[in-house]
Amino acid sequence: MSTETAEVKEEVKKSSEALFSKRRKRIVSDPLNEDNPITVQVLGICSALAITIKMEPTLVMSIAVIAVIVFSNLIISLIRGLIPGRVRIIVQLAIIATLVTLVSEVLKAYYFDMYKVLGAFVGLIITNCIVMGRLEAFAMANKPYDSILDGLGSGFGYAWIILVVAFFRELFGSGSIMNFKVFEAIGWESFPTNGLMVDSIGAFMVLGILIWVQRSRTGYVEH
Amino acid sequence: MDIFNIALKATFIDNMVFAYFLGMCSFLAVSKKVSTAFGLGMAVIFVLTITVPVNWLLQEYVLKEGALAWLGADFATVDLTFLQFIMFIAVIASMVQLVEMVIEKFSPALYGSLGIFLPLIAVNCAILGASLFMVQRDYTIGQATAYGFGSGIGWFLAIIALAAIREKLKYSSVPDGLKGLGITMLITGLMGLAFKSFIGIAL
Repeated sequence: MSTETAEVKEEVKKSSEALFSKRRKRIVSDPLNEDNPITVQVLGICSALAITIKMEPTLVMSIAVIAVIVFSNLIISLIRGLIPGRVRIIVQLAIIATLVTLVSEVLKAYYFDMYKVLGAFVGLIITNCIVMGRLEAFAMANKPYDSILDGLGSGFGYAWIILVVAFFRELFGSGSIMNFKVFEAIGWESFPTNGLMVDSIGAFMVLGILIWVQRSRTGYVEH
Repeated sequence: MDIFNIALKATFIDNMVFAYFLGMCSFLAVSKKVSTAFGLGMAVIFVLTITVPVNWLLQEYVLKEGALAWLGADFATVDLTFLQFIMFIAVIASMVQLVEMVIEKFSPALYGSLGIFLPLIAVNCAILGASLFMVQRDYTIGQATAYGFGSGIGWFLAIIALAAIREKLKYSSVPDGLKGLGITMLITGLMGLAFKSFIGIAL
């Protein structure tokens, strides 16, 4: 009940600002590039590496993570006034865990094969630092609508990086894209696939080089 | 012998960091100095060794299908597996809190050095990951404890080694865009390559 009234109040206050104002566009676009959660903020690396062997599971994982970030951001933002500061971590974890359980049950029901491929990593979305990081840094202090935008921005910032990593790992590791055998299709059947790419080492290398390229473009330097 | 093998396998061959990429966030963020890496590593070993067996008990006697049979025949078919994530993360968060309070009470010196890292551990995916893998692999309680301990040691070794390399790395000139995270990823990749050599060991 109280959350509903809070939402209504936010609606009234918010109406003074345009739905897609410049500030709001920045909330979405910043995490895509200059403030990317993976390459700049160093968050959510675990799953970025573990499930990027093939593009298909990566796509499913991206959608799952985006859903969890957006909804947890929204819920926390709605009840942010009610959470006592000392127990906020537990509250956040409980909400994230509930959402992840939902995602996992949906996967189990409709995409059981994919559920088996992702295995424990669906559960590990709970400890994906991007989700927790956004709740702490943004949703605890901002209005619901802005929090949704922020969740979308961070989610897509995460998604495009892991999709690029998965693209290269699948292409060189298995010689395919989305399970489509590219090299056989163009008649180069003797293409040597690189076992290291399928392995964990390939993931570290591809992400390392991707970070280099991305940071050279944005000019971000870590000291 | 079986238990020893599981611990050894979890430490070297199935290393949390190099084989499963778990706990990467704190692995990358807290590996700038050996002393802090040591503190965090110790805390991770400690919490893993406690939470994995506790979660095992929870899975075996509360969550698993038919696990509630000890309450009576009515409960024999109850399946609470869908509560797994919430229960595990709650156990981990409360264990971390408990460990923090115990250490604060009995060893202020250790608390001073571990203090800030303990809350961080609640969201370290290596801890939750170990519990989830433990369920997937159907370990017994002895094996689960050994697995938790071994994984902790493996994570500890990995972060200490990386921190030592990064301390030396300060004196080399790395290209601007590669500084920090980029070069650390490449180094971790090379370290993973070294850890691959353990695969040949038959246990």
